[in-house]
Amino acid sequence: MSSNQHPKIIHKKDLTFWQKLYIPEILRGLRLTLAQIFRPKFTRQYPEERWKPPASFRGRPVLVEENGVERCVACGLCARVCPALAIEVQGSETELWKERYPVKFEINMLRCIFCGFCEEVCPEEAIVMSDEYELTFTSQEEGIFGKDKLLMPAVKLKDRLEFLRQHR
Amino acid sequence: MAKITIDGKQLEVDNKLTIIQVALEHGIAIPHFCWHPRLSVAGNCRICLVEVEKFPKLVIACATQVTDGMVVKTNSPKVVNAREAVMEFLLINHPLDCPICDEAGECKLQDYAYKFSEGVSRFDFEKVRKPKRVELGPNVMLDVERCIMCSRCVRFCDEIAKKPQLVFIQRADHVELTTFPGENLDHPYSMNTIDLCPVGALTSRDFRFKARVWEMSSTDTVCPGCARGCNMKMWVRNNEVLRLTPRYNPEVNDYWMCDYGRLNTFKYVNAENRIKAPLIRKEGVLANQTDSGLVEVGWDEAIAKVASELKSFDEDEIAGLCSAFATNEDNYLFVKLMNMLGVKNIAFLQHLIEGDEDDILIRADKTPNNRGVREVGLTSSINGSGWEIILRRIDEGTIKALYVIDDDPGADPRVAETLARLDFFVVHASNENDTTKLADVVLSSSTYAEKHGTFTNFQGRVQRIRPAVTTAEQDRALDGFAMSRLDKFGAHNDRWMQGPKCDARPTWRILTCVANALGAKWKHNTVEDVFNEIAATTESFKGMSYMKLGLRGMLLKTKVEVVAAPIHA
Repeated sequence: MSSNQHPKIIHKKDLTFWQKLYIPEILRGLRLTLAQIFRPKFTRQYPEERWKPPASFRGRPVLVEENGVERCVACGLCARVCPALAIEVQGSETELWKERYPVKFEINMLRCIFCGFCEEVCPEEAIVMSDEYELTFTSQEEGIFGKDKLLMPAVKLKDRLEFLRQHR
Repeated sequence: MAKITIDGKQLEVDNKLTIIQVALEHGIAIPHFCWHPRLSVAGNCRICLVEVEKFPKLVIACATQVTDGMVVKTNSPKVVNAREAVMEFLLINHPLDCPICDEAGECKLQDYAYKFSEGVSRFDFEKVRKPKRVELGPNVMLDVERCIMCSRCVRFCDEIAKKPQLVFIQRADHVELTTFPGENLDHPYSMNTIDLCPVGALTSRDFRFKARVWEMSSTDTVCPGCARGCNMKMWVRNNEVLRLTPRYNPEVNDYWMCDYGRLNTFKYVNAENRIKAPLIRKEGVLANQTDSGLVEVGWDEAIAKVASELKSFDEDEIAGLCSAFATNEDNYLFVKLMNMLGVKNIAFLQHLIEGDEDDILIRADKTPNNRGVREVGLTSSINGSGWEIILRRIDEGTIKALYVIDDDPGADPRVAETLARLDFFVVHASNENDTTKLADVVLSSSTYAEKHGTFTNFQGRVQRIRPAVTTAEQDRALDGFAMSRLDKFGAHNDRWMQGPKCDARPTWRILTCVANALGAKWKHNTVEDVFNEIAATTESFKGMSYMKLGLRGMLLKTKVEVVAAPIHA
């Protein structure tokens, strides 16, 4: 191939006299750095100081708990819509009015892509994206969250539920 | 004959038919809830309204006979409007609880709501509330709110099952489906009403809330519950059978299936007492109440043991027991193996429950392949010796070794006593039973849900069974199993891919291994090879192949009635 035989030669920009002197350029850089000290800070002292995300934030999905039970009726739509196949639901019969409840509800957080489709499809507003974003595991099994980790009282999710109602 | 036009298509049809029958026959779909090809016409759901030229009003396609010169429109604006109105009426009192409803995903009302409804209701009032959980019978649960009063279930009980147990009471929006006073919906075909129900009003108490329908894969197979061999679908999720539903075959079971077959022919596949690997009785391991005294071993060791033991006996000292629960292929190879060893003492057991039959589906013979065992070569080798004679010779001590495939002769305590006298006893079994307790070697065999094969029903119809559950040696994708979405897209470390698996092999494969260990050179790589050999060597199977059997099966060529082996239930 002809283009391979004659590769394009890129000339670097020639430095000016002042740049070649070196020291003035170093000073110019230091001035820029030191000027930052007097500007407002953007960093925060994590983990002592934590960020509270706005209601529109999509943190890890959780199950809404109301009066001690989950709202979920184990319809399986979240599991069906999940593009990453992260959710597994096993329903069973309950004496409660809602008839069915999830005897097992697992989200594989290693698969979850935080798209929020589960929240969008849920007919009971039972699974919502929380404001929690800290997820660490030391093994694959630990990444699978069961009902014990997923249930969250509705009062803690007030902002998100309000946000969803406004933007429905 | 009548010449009619439906949607511009000119057809010449039998004038005894109705518009809906003609349309369906010619691939024109007319929506229907209450109409069913095998039930009388009720005409109460009104969704099948069509326009017929020169008729002043729309007519229901299910109750209107075709006449010469009729011009039918199934999609004119008038019809579309009428359907929308009917859907709106039906949905006035129907609860919108699809997320909770078990029918969701296979619900006619849900499907038609998407296809033919506007999706808007002008009804601003409270829906009528009715009982949600009514136990109609031992197997069927009723949600009265969801019922759309199509009366399919009522007509099924009256006309097909001939057990009028269901009835509607009250009027207008107070209508309720119920059983007659003092009656229960408990006839042997009660669960067909669940399939017939176009909505989620009637649900199976066994399957209720176990799974969503779209999570399962379905496999076309045959029920092994009796000699009828009803065609059915087997629904599997995570390698576990969850339910069975009938599959249409006009020659065998039509649209129906009995409750016994539906509930009792799959639970042992994933039962606790499955034999998970080959077992051998070893010196020094004592049997007691909790332990059978059998030790799990690898396939090679178990097969080598069977081969060496069989070699150590004279041909007259060995007896074999075929099985009407096993497939044609299994029995064919078993008889072939016995012939190879020169064994003449071969029999099989019949499992008849006298009187437990009717003229709908249920047969007194509770085995799926009785006819098949007699067809694939047992008769010629039976040589006058039946099971009773074999038992007598075991008692006398002239027969010392017994080879049993997929049957449970030890269930009879009198027989068990005799079997305990054997020097060597090898059994193919899928689940622990009274016979495996007595055996020296138990070879873990696949159930009918885990293998390919054919059963021959009482009519002489050869029908295929297909595997829906994988064993340790099989792979759902590579071995061509039906796959659900989860099966397709899951990875090996996903928890929904880790359902229980047994280290079992189909009986034909075990027999091939045993024969080859004995020095034969059988080359059956697949069960289809075995069937092709049967088709080539057995007159009544001539011309058959798995491809030709397809979904409906084929009748045997000859209809020779063979004298049955002695009966033992």
